[in-house]
Amino acid sequence: MREINVSEIIPVVKKLCIDSNLHIGQDVVDKLKEFMEKEESPTAKGILELIFKNHKMAAEEKMPLCQDTGVTIVFLEIGQEVHFVGGELTEAINEGVRQGYKEGYLRKSLVDDPVIERVNTGDNTPAIIYTDIVPGDKVKITVAPKGGGSENMSEVRMMKAADGIEGVKDFVVERVVESGGNPCPPVIAGVGLGGSFEQSALLAKKALLRPLTEENPDPVYNEVEQEILQRINKSGVGPQGLGGTTTALAVQILHKPCHIASMPVAVNIQCHCHRHKSETI
Amino acid sequence: MSKEIHLQTPLKSEDLKKLNVGDKVLISGTVYTARDAAHERLVKLVQEGKELPFDIQGAVIYFVGPAPAPPGKPIGSAGPTTSYRMDPYSPILMDAGLKAMIGKGPRGQKVVDSMVKNNAVYLAAIGGAAVVTAQAVKSARVIAYEDLGTEAIRELKVENFPAFVANDTQGNDIFKIGVEKYQKK
Repeated sequence: MREINVSEIIPVVKKLCIDSNLHIGQDVVDKLKEFMEKEESPTAKGILELIFKNHKMAAEEKMPLCQDTGVTIVFLEIGQEVHFVGGELTEAINEGVRQGYKEGYLRKSLVDDPVIERVNTGDNTPAIIYTDIVPGDKVKITVAPKGGGSENMSEVRMMKAADGIEGVKDFVVERVVESGGNPCPPVIAGVGLGGSFEQSALLAKKALLRPLTEENPDPVYNEVEQEILQRINKSGVGPQGLGGTTTALAVQILHKPCHIASMPVAVNIQCHCHRHKSETI
Repeated sequence: MSKEIHLQTPLKSEDLKKLNVGDKVLISGTVYTARDAAHERLVKLVQEGKELPFDIQGAVIYFVGPAPAPPGKPIGSAGPTTSYRMDPYSPILMDAGLKAMIGKGPRGQKVVDSMVKNNAVYLAAIGGAAVVTAQAVKSARVIAYEDLGTEAIRELKVENFPAFVANDTQGNDIFKIGVEKYQKK
């Protein structure tokens, strides 16, 4: 058994909040470049150039890539040999978020009561935390700030087995294309297939964590991803919805077993400002 | 399409009638920030016949909730938020004198119709290019609803703030025209 004092978690979460909001991943840059070379619209090319300029300036000026620094999603992979001591793990994560959002000059974007009062919580807490128990004695922490504009375009649909893979493809294409310019395209579509109502949504979000330059290891689903991506990019939506051939950078699928009566399908839309950073302690 | 046009606030109908969808504009002068919560309050004031916290005649509203300003900077990152959420409010503000809105994503038909009626325009800024956009902001101060935090109304002094004409005064919509142009069967 390995003891980890929860106070060790705070600075890691704080650093990941700031890093993820200031520095875009190289996989996103590489994918954007690949698509910019093929882009047919001069306006769209201009927008993509501006996005590259923004990546550079955010790092130089130490300002967040986007003003929407999101709700802070935290994924924890906790080795089953780990025993946390010295306080509450959840509170330590929230303290890391609190410090990161204050010291990084990141926007506080959460309201407490979602419907009636809608008063800002003031420190971007609470974080949304998901834990997986895994073998070993390490803890992997991933911070993935998620903006509201793209999250609002996401959907879970309880489909029928009879809808088949063609039904899934149609749904994902429809969801992305109908979102138009709203979620800040070019987007990434995270797709969760199977599980239950809520697990499909979580799979869709986790699917977004796969590096954009990596293929789906399952050749059947890799082909499905490529076909959906091509169909989306024929839509004409383009960067910011102003028209072009770069509407999505990637479609990424994760799947799980599900009930004989069910076929849950979730699409989590991610804007081009695709932020996540991880650290293992 | 694709001309570069300088606009100085407050905006006049004559200036806006010349604009066509796809034109790039550079705005200089004063721009007011407002998102969902501030819009709700502004529209309530209009409906009650009360005075607004700023002069709305010829005004520009930017749909943005900026990040906090780091030391030595007038504002933090400040890209546009998604505009359709302001659709229920915008026609009421245009009837009161609002001349331009800056945001991202398409607007509903009622908003487009109101722009035609009021000789107003909707301008698209580039979402997610928030550091670049913030460079055009020279000063910022909260003028109303400080309790809303990032959603408070700020008066921004801007120089050459870049945006694209998304809806012009003739009812054209770049989100339809642009997409049709690059659509493939």
